[in-house]
Amino acid sequence: MKTRLIRIILSALIWIVAALIGPDQKWIYLSLFLVSYAIVGWNIIWKAIRNITRGNVFDENFLMGIAAIGAFIIKEYPEGVAVMLFYQIGELFQDYAVDKSRRSITELMDIRPEFANVKIDDNLILMDPDEVRPGDIIMIKAGERVPLDGIILEGQSFLDTSALTGEYVPREVQAGNELLSGCINLNTVLTVEVTKEYGESTVSRILDLVENASSKKSTSERFITRFARYYTPVVVIIAVFLAFLPPLHIDGATFSDWFYRSLSFLVVSCPCALVISVPLSFFGGIGGASSKGILVKGGNYLEILAQADRIVFDKTGTLTKGVFRVQEIQPVQTGDSSQKFTKEELLELAALAEHFSNHPISLSLRQAYGQEIDSSRITDMEEITGHGVRAVVDDKEILAGNYKLMDLSSISYPSGEWIGTVVHVAVNGEYAGFIEIADEIKEDSTKAIRDLKKAGIEQTIMLTGDNEITARKVSEELGLDNYYAKLLPEDKVEKLEDLLSQSSPKTKLAYVGDGINDAPVLARADVGIAMGGLGSDAAIEAADVVIMTDEPSKIVTAIRIAKKTLGIAWQNIYLAIAVKIAVLILSALGITTLWAAIFADVGVTVVAVLNSLRAMNVKGL
Amino acid sequence: MTKRFRLQGLGCANCAAKIEAAINKLEGVKEASVNFMTAKIIIEGDKDKMPSILQEAERIVKKFEPDVVMKKA
Repeated sequence: MKTRLIRIILSALIWIVAALIGPDQKWIYLSLFLVSYAIVGWNIIWKAIRNITRGNVFDENFLMGIAAIGAFIIKEYPEGVAVMLFYQIGELFQDYAVDKSRRSITELMDIRPEFANVKIDDNLILMDPDEVRPGDIIMIKAGERVPLDGIILEGQSFLDTSALTGEYVPREVQAGNELLSGCINLNTVLTVEVTKEYGESTVSRILDLVENASSKKSTSERFITRFARYYTPVVVIIAVFLAFLPPLHIDGATFSDWFYRSLSFLVVSCPCALVISVPLSFFGGIGGASSKGILVKGGNYLEILAQADRIVFDKTGTLTKGVFRVQEIQPVQTGDSSQKFTKEELLELAALAEHFSNHPISLSLRQAYGQEIDSSRITDMEEITGHGVRAVVDDKEILAGNYKLMDLSSISYPSGEWIGTVVHVAVNGEYAGFIEIADEIKEDSTKAIRDLKKAGIEQTIMLTGDNEITARKVSEELGLDNYYAKLLPEDKVEKLEDLLSQSSPKTKLAYVGDGINDAPVLARADVGIAMGGLGSDAAIEAADVVIMTDEPSKIVTAIRIAKKTLGIAWQNIYLAIAVKIAVLILSALGITTLWAAIFADVGVTVVAVLNSLRAMNVKGL
Repeated sequence: MTKRFRLQGLGCANCAAKIEAAINKLEGVKEASVNFMTAKIIIEGDKDKMPSILQEAERIVKKFEPDVVMKKA
C-alpha cells in the first residue's frame, strides 16, 4: 500500500507540473504526462495484458487501460492520466478499508489463548492448549486468560467475561463452578479440571462462528453480486455503441466527441465500490455485535433481524429468571381464629414445615425465611406427593401445600386469582393464610419490551406452558401485545406456525428462547435468538443468534445493530447506483466531461467504503 | 465432501465474486462460497470428483487473481 501511495503522489506532482507548463510546450507537455501516466498506470496495463493471456479479458484493468489510452489518442492527456491516478486512489481506499476491517476483527477476536499451565504430578508444565486433554488439571494465575473450558476444583476469584459477553462487570466464581475459555482470571489462582479439548472449547467455537458468519450471505450481498455481473458487460457494450454508432449515423457527430463520451462509460463500468461495500458493512456489523456478546451466525440473519417486526418470546428463563421466589405472604386477617399470624410467623412456620423437603417450592420458602432453622423444633414430618407436607412444629400441627392438601383435611381456603403457585398453610386444623410463590421477571425485561417497541417492533408475543392467570399478569406487567398460555412444547411449534401463516411473507418473525426445549421453535422462526447464558450448548447449536448473557435488553441492541448495518449497506447501494446512472446519462448527452465521471466514480467508491466502516462502530447501541 | 482454503492476497471483491461464480459452474460442485472479508473459500462437492475440481479451481483463481495463492485452511 505504501508504494502505491508514493507512486500516486509522485505521479500527481508531475501531473501538476505538466498542467502548469501548459500545452504550448507540446513535447514537454506530452512527455511529462506520459511519465506521470507510466508511474501510476504501468502495473494496471501489465495486469490487463497478463489477464488477457489467461482468458480473462474484460476485467477492470483492461477497461481502465482502454479508457486511459483512448484519452491519450484523442489528445486529452491530463484526463488520460487522471483516469489512472484516481482509479489508483480509489483502489487505495478500498485496500485501506478492507485491511482496517480485517484487522479490527482480528483484534476483537484476539481472545485465543496461547498457552496452558498443566499440572503433571507436582510440576507445572507450559503447554499448547491444543495438546491438553479432558481430565487434565490446569492452573490459571491472576491476569491470565482461561485457555480451556473446565470445572473449578480449587480457588475463588473474579472473572472478566467481556470477551465473551461484552460485559465489563466481573463475575464471581468458586469451586464447583463451570469455567469458560476466553475469560480473564482477575484475582486468585484457580485450579481447574479440563472438560473439553481445545477444538471444542467455547472460545474456539465462538471464533469459528464469527469468522464463518460472513460466509452466509444476506440477500443484499447476493443482489449486488448478481447486479455487478450484468452491470459491467452492459455498460461496456453501450460504450462501444456510443463510440461508433452516432458518428456513423448522425450528421455532424464527430468520432472524437462520441469516443470521448464513451470513455466516461468505461470509467464508470467498474462496480467495485458496490461489491466491496456491502460485505464490508455486514462484516463490520457481525464483528461489532460480537464485541457486545451477541453472536450472529450469518449476514443473512443480521438482515432478517433488521426486517423483523414481530418477536415471540418464551417465558420461563427468557423473560423471567426461571427461579421460584416468594412474592406474597397473606396471613388470615379476619375470623374468630384464636391464632393470628404475622407475615414473618407464617413464613417461619411454612419454612420449618418444609425444612426436610427438596422441592423447589420448599427451597424458595426457606430462602425467603433466610434464617437458620433449629430442626429440633420439628418433631414429625410427612411429605404427601402432589399435595404438600404435614409436620409438627413447636408442638403445632402444620399443613403446608396446595388446595388439595386443604381439601384432604376439609379445611376451607379462600379462592382467588393468583399468579404462580400458592402454598396454603393450616395450623392445628385451622386455615392460617397462604404464601404466593412465582417466577421473577428479569430486571431488564420491561425496559427491553419498551425499547423494542421504540425500535420498530410491531408485535411482542409470549408463549408459555404456565396457566392463564400467571401468563396474563406477566404479559400486563411487561406490556406485551399478546400471549398464549398452557402450551405444551409441541403446541409452541404449532402456535408459531399459526403466527407465521397469519401475515404476509415479507414480514419477519423472531423467536427468543433459552434453548433447551425451544430448539424446534428456534429453528422454525425466521430468526431464532437464544439466551445463551454462559455455556448452554443446546442454545448455541439451535439458534441463529446467540446472546451470551441472559439479558433481554441485548435483543434490542442486536436489532439496532442489524438495522444500522442494513441501513448502511442500502445507503451505499442506492448512492452508488444513482451516481453511476446519473454520470452515464449526463456523459452520453455530452453534458459532463470525463473529469466528472472520474471524480464521481472515485468519490462514490470512497464514500461507500468509508460509510461501510461505520457498521463496525456499535458504541451506544 | 467439503474442502476449505485460504486465498492469500485476495484484494478485489469483484474478482472474488467471479471466482465463486466460475467454480460453482464446475461439474461435481454442489456449492462453492468465497468469503471476501476473511479471504476463505469453501468448496462442497462429490468426493470422487474433488481432485479435478480443486485443480480447476486453482486455475480459475489464477485466471482472475494471478497474485493470489490458494492455501490449505
